Amino acid sequence: MVENNRLLVIFSHTILILSVIVLAFPIYVVFVASTLTLPEVLQTPMTLLPGRQLIDNYVTALTEGAGASSTAVWRLLLNTLIMALGISLGKIAISIISAYAIVFFRFPLRMFFFWLIFVTLMLPVEVRIVPTFEIAAALNLLNSYPGLILPLIASATATFFFRQFFMTIPDELIEAARVDGAGPIRFFFDMVLPLSKTNIAALFVILFIFGWNQFLWPLLITTDPAFDTIIIALNRLLRAVDDQVDWPLVMATTMMAMIVPILVVVLMQKWFVKGLIEHEK
Amino acid sequence: MAEVIIQDATKSYGNTQVIHGLNCTIDHGEFAVIVGPSGCGKSTLLRMIAGLERVTGGTISIGGEVMNEREPKDRNIAMVFQNYALYPHMTVRANMSYGLRIAKLPKPEIERRVQEAARILQLADFLDRRPGQLSGGQRQRVAMGRAIVRDPAVFLFDEPLSNLDAKLRVQMRIEIRRLHNSLDTTSVYVTHDQVEAMTLADRLIVMNGGNAEQIGTPLEVYEHPATTFVAGFIGSPPMNFVTGQVGNGGTSVTLHDGLQVAVSDDTLAAMAGQTVTLGVRPEHLQLAASPEGAMPMTVDLVEALGADILAYGQVGQEQVIARLPHDAAVKIGDRIHLSFAASQVHLFDATSGARLSP
Amino acid sequence: MDRRVTFNHRFLPYFLLAPQVAVTLVFFVWPAGQALFQSTLIEDPFGLSSEFVFLDNFAFVLSDPLYVDSIIVTAIFSVSVAAVALLVALFLAAKADSVISGKLIYRTLLVWPYAVAPAIAGVLFLFMFSPRVGVLSSALTALGVDWNYLLNGNQAMMLVIGASAWKQISYNFLFFLAGMQAMPRSLLEAAAIDGAGPTRRFWTITFPLLMPITFFLLVINMIFAFFETFGVIEAVTQGGPAGATNILVYKVFRDGFVGLDFGSSAAQSVILMAIVISLTVLQFRYVEKKVTY
Repeated sequence: MVENNRLLVIFSHTILILSVIVLAFPIYVVFVASTLTLPEVLQTPMTLLPGRQLIDNYVTALTEGAGASSTAVWRLLLNTLIMALGISLGKIAISIISAYAIVFFRFPLRMFFFWLIFVTLMLPVEVRIVPTFEIAAALNLLNSYPGLILPLIASATATFFFRQFFMTIPDELIEAARVDGAGPIRFFFDMVLPLSKTNIAALFVILFIFGWNQFLWPLLITTDPAFDTIIIALNRLLRAVDDQVDWPLVMATTMMAMIVPILVVVLMQKWFVKGLIEHEK
Repeated sequence: MAEVIIQDATKSYGNTQVIHGLNCTIDHGEFAVIVGPSGCGKSTLLRMIAGLERVTGGTISIGGEVMNEREPKDRNIAMVFQNYALYPHMTVRANMSYGLRIAKLPKPEIERRVQEAARILQLADFLDRRPGQLSGGQRQRVAMGRAIVRDPAVFLFDEPLSNLDAKLRVQMRIEIRRLHNSLDTTSVYVTHDQVEAMTLADRLIVMNGGNAEQIGTPLEVYEHPATTFVAGFIGSPPMNFVTGQVGNGGTSVTLHDGLQVAVSDDTLAAMAGQTVTLGVRPEHLQLAASPEGAMPMTVDLVEALGADILAYGQVGQEQVIARLPHDAAVKIGDRIHLSFAASQVHLFDATSGARLSP
Repeated sequence: MDRRVTFNHRFLPYFLLAPQVAVTLVFFVWPAGQALFQSTLIEDPFGLSSEFVFLDNFAFVLSDPLYVDSIIVTAIFSVSVAAVALLVALFLAAKADSVISGKLIYRTLLVWPYAVAPAIAGVLFLFMFSPRVGVLSSALTALGVDWNYLLNGNQAMMLVIGASAWKQISYNFLFFLAGMQAMPRSLLEAAAIDGAGPTRRFWTITFPLLMPITFFLLVINMIFAFFETFGVIEAVTQGGPAGATNILVYKVFRDGFVGLDFGSSAAQSVILMAIVISLTVLQFRYVEKKVTY
């Protein structure tokens, strides 16, 4: 800022560029491995220059899967996409309407519901693994898309996020709409929803990544590989005996598991940053 | 015909009453202004007329029908809000037509009304813009356009000019009054600005603490303020007040420093010896030719306004302001003598503040 | 917190709340209640009968040396993850904030690891450090380090800390950078006029003003290290070798799903619940000024 110390500036850039490289290095290694043949990967030390198997490996993984009796990656990506979209859109839908109820209405038990939703914040899946699994089993949700999605779509933070935004909508806007004859449902669709557009986009980015990266819950409720998400499938592949891991194909699968959320974050960065910073507070 | 009749209207929030039984009739075609300091209940009263606040007791009728249980949209009213309350994501056209579309008017009729309002308000070039792309004055016009297209029986204005700069405020004030004259509707207008109130109103409703202190034409209110509150609120700078004792026979009032002020008021005859508040407007004070029978004051501040000057000083315990001609040779520190005509004196009960003069 | 102007409707608000409340009751409140209930029971291995044992499960769990080990492992793991992720992120944010050109480019290049799932972060590190095929493990071996995290507990711990922190750095970086950019420039300029150099300015002005964000991030990082790193552990070490990376969440999962010891698993769940609740309360204490619930 104030000083214009050239050395300092060069030092800062050097540090930053080095960090970028260090941070990206693991992915680069995985990328290189995904373009090699298995013998090339097993050579010590493995080369750090990309090989020629890029297309072969990815096509094989996409169409046939990355190991013996494993599901094709396109199917895994589809499952993961369905789950991620289901979770993110489901969370947004039920959170925006419950925030709307809590902010724009007065009714008996309003605060009770508010705290009930708040409580979900304190009960991550990890602390209620077994009983949640039992309920999902009792409701016949194992190995199904609803089973992957439904138990994860309650969201206190998304509800609070919308609540914060709704509080900033001026009272006079509601009154003007009332004078114009708009009831609560019309007001929701004509005013609240269009005004929430950027907030919804910001939240969507965060929740999509949250959904895509789910691990524990899918691990519990999918036993049928046809319903595996790509991350669960990767975990199964790594469980194979070391010698039988087809590293290039596994690494190609890893790349494909990462690329969708990374693209979402990088391409929708503006919304992502807004969503992250406002969502968490 | 749409006269607004307010009968014994009360409003309470829980145990706190904020409007204490208010009565008022606003005739068809009249421009009524509700004026008062902040927190006096003027906006609440307007919102009760609009149907945005429930009436706790009494009735509010428009055009002869009791409106207490009607939704705002069914009251044949339109409202212009303080912050305009334009729908930020809609174009000017969509803003103005929103209510009509909800009411399912035929499309050509909606378009006709929007065009007509845009013509009156000179908004034709802005119909496809969003509120964010408009200036303050243009937004104000859109808010009025949204009211006009509804073709309501009663226009309600809630401090519509308070967000504009001084010059634009004067201009829009004139436009609002012209609009009212051309539309043959009833208007109810809330403001805390007494200049706006005086210039716009056919009928002034001065409110204080949830009561209507006085209802009348601007001139009536100015010339015969019903209470010290009204006297102090209407007129700028405010009326000067000093206290004194009614003399024998009720023909004079003695101020604390022994000065005797002659009053032409026979109602005082029975009040000999009692304390009263005596009010004189700054513009009714003049420099006395001789100190005899005049009010002495030491000037501690002089404001030159161009057309005239304001001289501030103490008379006894009270601050007094005199509006003097621009060429009056008055400086800080001068001891001047002020006189006034007996007919310009307003007398009020010292405890209740109620007017004693006829 | 309340709006002055609201709608009146008898049923609509309940209707709007119904989906969220239904999901919350069925998948959150009920299972949590079950966990509480089961934590007081001992079931026979066939699940045919159960016996009410009050707090015995807790006594058993807390006196189990394996559980105590797991607590120690969790403490070392989460403190290290939070410390590494916070310090690196703070340093990078300060650097990125100090450069004039390219701030946004650096943000883009540093932010994407956030998008990588913890389990995948585990896979990346596993592959780099695998004793058989890892690029970096062969480099370490060449340097004379006897690298095999499958046998060496400390190495395994360092590996899962590295993978978890790697993923969390970008999150902290974003918050620190946003905090620094929201800081009034005039403060730093006043300090510069007072003669404070860049380093001194950072420690006397920037850092103290970042304290609230740092505290908030500390809590978030602890929650992350406690719960969301499950994927890293499962992918890389499965809690091994010999329990060296067996963090509490992983142990709950193993005992419940692999060991089928429901009473003990439920008691562990309840203990974890208490930890989340205290962390959440701590977190909301911080935002209290901003939001009053």
